[in-house]
Amino acid sequence: MSENLTLPAQQGSTDGAPSTTETLLEVEGLTKHFPIYGGFPIKRKVGAVQAVDGVDLTVGVGESLGLVGESGCGKSTTGRLITRLLEPTGGRITYRGQDITHAKRKQLAPVRSEIQMIFQDPYSSLNPRQTVGSIIKSPMEVNGINPAGGREKKVRELLELVGLNPEHYNRFPHEFSGGQRQRIGVARALALNPKLIVADEPVSALDVSIQAQVINLLQKVQDELGIAFLFIAHDLAVVRHFSQRVAVMYLGKVVEVGDRESIYNRPRHPYTHALLSAVPEVRVDEEEQRERIRLSGDVPSPISPPSGCRFRTRCWKAQDKCATEEPPLVQISGNREGHLTACHFPEDPTTEARDEDVVLDPALKALEDSAGKE
Amino acid sequence: MTSPTKAEDSGSAVALEPELASTSETAKNKTGLEGRSPGRLMWQRFRRDRTGMVCAGVVIFFFVIALLAPVLTAISGTDPYTLYGQDPTYADKPVLDEFGLPLGYFGGVSAEHWFGVEPQYGRDLFAMLVYGMRTSLYMALGVATLLTVTGVIIGLVGGYFGGRTDYWLGRVTDFFLSFPSQLFFIAFMPVVTAFFVDPREETPTYFRALAILIVLWVLGWMGMARLVRSVVLAVREREFIEAAKVSGASPARIIRKEILPNIVTPVLVQFTYQLPSTILTIAFLSFAGVGFVEPTPDWGRLFAAGAQYTQQDPAFIFFPGVALVIFILCFNLLGDSVRDAFDPKSGR
Ligand SMILES: Nc1ncnc2c1ncn2[C@@H]1O[C@H](COP(=O)(O)OP(=O)(O)OP(=O)(O)O)[C@@H](O)[C@H]1O
Ligand code: SF4
Ligand SMILES: [Mg+2]
Repeated sequence: MSENLTLPAQQGSTDGAPSTTETLLEVEGLTKHFPIYGGFPIKRKVGAVQAVDGVDLTVGVGESLGLVGESGCGKSTTGRLITRLLEPTGGRITYRGQDITHAKRKQLAPVRSEIQMIFQDPYSSLNPRQTVGSIIKSPMEVNGINPAGGREKKVRELLELVGLNPEHYNRFPHEFSGGQRQRIGVARALALNPKLIVADEPVSALDVSIQAQVINLLQKVQDELGIAFLFIAHDLAVVRHFSQRVAVMYLGKVVEVGDRESIYNRPRHPYTHALLSAVPEVRVDEEEQRERIRLSGDVPSPISPPSGCRFRTRCWKAQDKCATEEPPLVQISGNREGHLTACHFPEDPTTEARDEDVVLDPALKALEDSAGKE
Repeated sequence: MTSPTKAEDSGSAVALEPELASTSETAKNKTGLEGRSPGRLMWQRFRRDRTGMVCAGVVIFFFVIALLAPVLTAISGTDPYTLYGQDPTYADKPVLDEFGLPLGYFGGVSAEHWFGVEPQYGRDLFAMLVYGMRTSLYMALGVATLLTVTGVIIGLVGGYFGGRTDYWLGRVTDFFLSFPSQLFFIAFMPVVTAFFVDPREETPTYFRALAILIVLWVLGWMGMARLVRSVVLAVREREFIEAAKVSGASPARIIRKEILPNIVTPVLVQFTYQLPSTILTIAFLSFAGVGFVEPTPDWGRLFAAGAQYTQQDPAFIFFPGVALVIFILCFNLLGDSVRDAFDPKSGR
């Protein structure tokens, strides 16, 4: 029960220090390739979308790991592999020392209730034909859980916990707003007393004003119930207040992972720098100027990713070595323990403004040049 | 590890947080604790639809008539089999003239024979019509139910399991769809009957009914299967299915609890369109001479007979015709109303 005692104050103090807690979930070399079929008249495999290609992650007990990256880089796929909604092509998923990589539904049963998921779209994640009560009750029925005082009582407690009126037990999802629906989704995930929740962009479909409320709710849940989170988001701003550790993904690979302080203040991978510079400035009183980096182009296709370092097509520091040799995810010199970076030529560990902005977008550059002349 | 009491304790803390109780989020929590289910909403919308309500009334009226056919003929004192024109028992009350045409006006409408009598035989049209409707409606109900059940099962299996299963079920569906159904009804009816009954013997009526049922069923389930499959494909992609999987639900439970309730609406709408068209098909079979035969009263057979008599006795086709037009029209309008009431756009 010790992990339950993680208090907000403690969480603040662990800020920056590498997490030393017991490992809950360990992912090694996780790979998912979606086959592409084509050809006429007989269909055969003509290629594969390398959605996730060798991802290593660890989530400690009660810890929140943020998983960040651009759209299409394989974050959702990673989350779905961990919750075993998808069958991995390769790699290993270990939960509390138990290998669940290819476990079937029945074998998974004991672990099932401990790994839950919160979904992105509050409109499609609740069955419109079921009452809120039966939606939240359903996981308990499936797993044969009979809490003291009955399932209905537990559901009412959960509704209250997530900030909804317990009297709404018999309401239908269409009678709730997006934020409220997302709370119902949170209540459903909590119904089984999970130890790990995979939250796939839980707030990105919500109005900005409601995002903060839901994040606060998740934060409360995490602190008070000691639940570990894998929090998926597409920018670093949302994760900032939520995750003790952050992993940055690019095109199916983790390119940098570390504690929050390291990632936000001492990033080494060029892609992390680019992502950070895209985070809107919040602190106006900040003296130092932040660096500006604007990437050009889109993420390359995961069907035929670039050789060597996958970021090289958009990297301003790329050299020949980057095309031939894939950089390993290691702790490079100058990094704190647990801060791993996959880059041959890492950036300086700072986010201060550099002499010249990195503007790789030709259109944007032309625009700014002409503006500068006037 | 996380005990319920713990959850309870922390619950109040979260619920009391002021920002969570912000007005924008709680404004919708008006009074009324019982939620209005999508089904209830549909019913409320449907009740506001005047055409739909009237048509529903008419359709129910027809079914009640069919159900009460023995009672109604008891009241009218006639039955669909007696040859009032030829039977010596009724010689004191002649209904036909010497040419075999009904006496009196409008096909022989009288106090005894409310809708008149059939030329040549003098059978009572009212009794033949209500019993004929009974045959047609119940046959159609049987066929439509079989079609729906089959279509739902095949569509569900194909849509949910996908892959190879879906591929082969799709090919089978295409195969059955490729039959020109009207022609095959006519061609297959005698074949199916001959399969079970020696052609030299008299085919029992229940057997004809069974043959019609089988032929219409085998050649008719594809539309429903396709519809259900496409709906299931859409529902399957929604995240609540994944949520159910994450909680460890079995495929059987997912189909029963998560998918089935979501396909009820389109299936019901399709059913209300299917039923009148099945009635027409059955009538067509009898009309073409491969459905029910003499002396079984049947709606379609009345048209076949009426077509023969149009020259001498045009009134004969009037009552069955008007009844059929009203019924089919109302049923189709009802189908439209049901669909409108279910329309997801008009209420979320
Ligand atoms: N079922 C699938 N079949 C084939 N390709 C898929 C499938 N699911 C995902 N992909 C591909 O895998 C890649 C990664 O997708 P994924 O959904 O994991 O991205 P993501 O990081 O979650 O993006 P987003 O931020 O847009 O949600 C994408 O290129 C996507 O097209
Ligand atoms: S390895 Fe090379 S291409 Fe990749 S991020 Fe580092 S410098 Fe850029
Ligand atoms: Mg995603």
